[in-house]
Amino acid sequence: MNGDGRAALEQIVREESGLVLAALIASCGDFDLAEEAFQDAVAVALERWPRDGVPQRPAAWLTTAARRRAIDRLRHDAMRAGKSAALRESELARLAEGGGEPEPERTIVPDERLRLIFTCCHPALAPEARVALTLRTLGGLSTASVARSFLVPEATMAKRLERAKHKIRAAQIPFRVPAPDAWFERVQSVLAVIYLIFNAGYSATGASRDERRALCAEGIRLARILAALLPGEGEVHALHALVLLHDARRDARIGGDGAPVPLDQQERTLWRHEELGEGLAALARAAHTGDRGPYQVQAAIAAAHATAPRGAATPWREIAALYAELERLHPSPVVRVNRAVAESRASGPRAGLALLEPLELDPRSRALLADYQPYHAARADLLRQAGLCDEARAAYTRAIELCRDEPERRFLERRLAELCDPSSRPPGDRYGEIGGG
Amino acid sequence: MQYALLFYTTETFDSLPPAERQDWLAQMNTWRKSLADAGVLRGGLRLAPSATATSVRRDGDELLVTDGPFAETKEILGGFMLIDCADLDAALAWARRCPIAKIGTVEVRPEHPEAVR
Repeated sequence: MNGDGRAALEQIVREESGLVLAALIASCGDFDLAEEAFQDAVAVALERWPRDGVPQRPAAWLTTAARRRAIDRLRHDAMRAGKSAALRESELARLAEGGGEPEPERTIVPDERLRLIFTCCHPALAPEARVALTLRTLGGLSTASVARSFLVPEATMAKRLERAKHKIRAAQIPFRVPAPDAWFERVQSVLAVIYLIFNAGYSATGASRDERRALCAEGIRLARILAALLPGEGEVHALHALVLLHDARRDARIGGDGAPVPLDQQERTLWRHEELGEGLAALARAAHTGDRGPYQVQAAIAAAHATAPRGAATPWREIAALYAELERLHPSPVVRVNRAVAESRASGPRAGLALLEPLELDPRSRALLADYQPYHAARADLLRQAGLCDEARAAYTRAIELCRDEPERRFLERRLAELCDPSSRPPGDRYGEIGGG
Repeated sequence: MQYALLFYTTETFDSLPPAERQDWLAQMNTWRKSLADAGVLRGGLRLAPSATATSVRRDGDELLVTDGPFAETKEILGGFMLIDCADLDAALAWARRCPIAKIGTVEVRPEHPEAVR
């Protein structure tokens, strides 16, 4: 088979893997057995499909084949160790349910992905393990590729996944949609994992371009699946909207000099308008549920930028009000800095600086922001605009010290050199919101 | 499946003013009763302060008995409960309702698959 044909088949397998693995885990209750059986089935598929053609229902075909392999593996294990056979009999019974050998055409693959997502994102697992397990099982990514995306050796990632699966087994983390008393916390955990996956692709600088792209695409795909599975949850639609609205601007967010371009200065013809439209539609669905949380407010901010007819027509007052709302829902110094930038664009640099002042006075936020480069860069810019040269100089110096991005460092050094020199008033404002690109 | 709920608090709990301590004890008793009523309680103890602890461990070829807990930490094991429930989510639901969770930490640990009974 040629490389393209194989890649196409692998793509189909990856698309179906979440559905198939979830159904297998639901029926045998064992992540490892399900994964091994699935890998066996994939190997058979990649051998047969090129010869016999891709079956009409690949998920059903893979599920049926994997179930047979799981039963074989259990029987094999049972023969080798007579004693443990009894322990696995219930698994065998569940797998063989329905009697006889199921035919793919008649196999209905129940959608158990919601249970799988909730299990993989269980707060009893370490956050990095949740991300890895979700990508591995629902995303169908290989351990090697998950490891590459997060810049850790494959053996480290394999160990991390192994530990997580062991804990699921040993502590009996149930394969189940959570009860109402834990619902909010559990949904939040799932949303955080999906957003982390997307952001790892959106902001990572170490992984390759293709890997980063794959992570963004996977984050969006997971958000879409979750929105379909939980249509009544406003924050799920809002997350879906947020990742689409960010992703639509991916070609415009880095300038020719390699430095990030603020939203209101981006080349709008580079935005993907179809994706923006999808994002706005998802945001409308979120608003329709009547439940408004931090993801919806963030998506509303992204939408305010997206729907401004020109960068110069950005509705800064509305955006500043949205940041104020976000701060009420989710107080953090970083949100405050973004709010100050928006406020300065709406009402001038002094208004922005007034919002930053409490951060300077509070020892806890001072400590938090001491090494946070975007804060010092944003503050330097506001001080420069307000004509407070000495303070601006100190802030630029700190921002340059902390800067790890070469093009941005050059830009900041230029600004520092020009500072308060009446012969060179630099036009426009360079700084947008942090991470708003 | 059996789970141990281990209660970690600072020792200040024992030096609370009597009225406050009584209130905490009442809350713990209510919680304990709800465990018993649900039929999940298998046992448990509230432990005396760590100043009363004695540790036994090997030192070379000998067994050494020393005064004090296993480790001197700010939060100490103040007690535990043994519960029997279907899965971790059920155990966590009980831990969430435990009054200790508001002032200290409730660690939830499953029994080992090769548990000795």
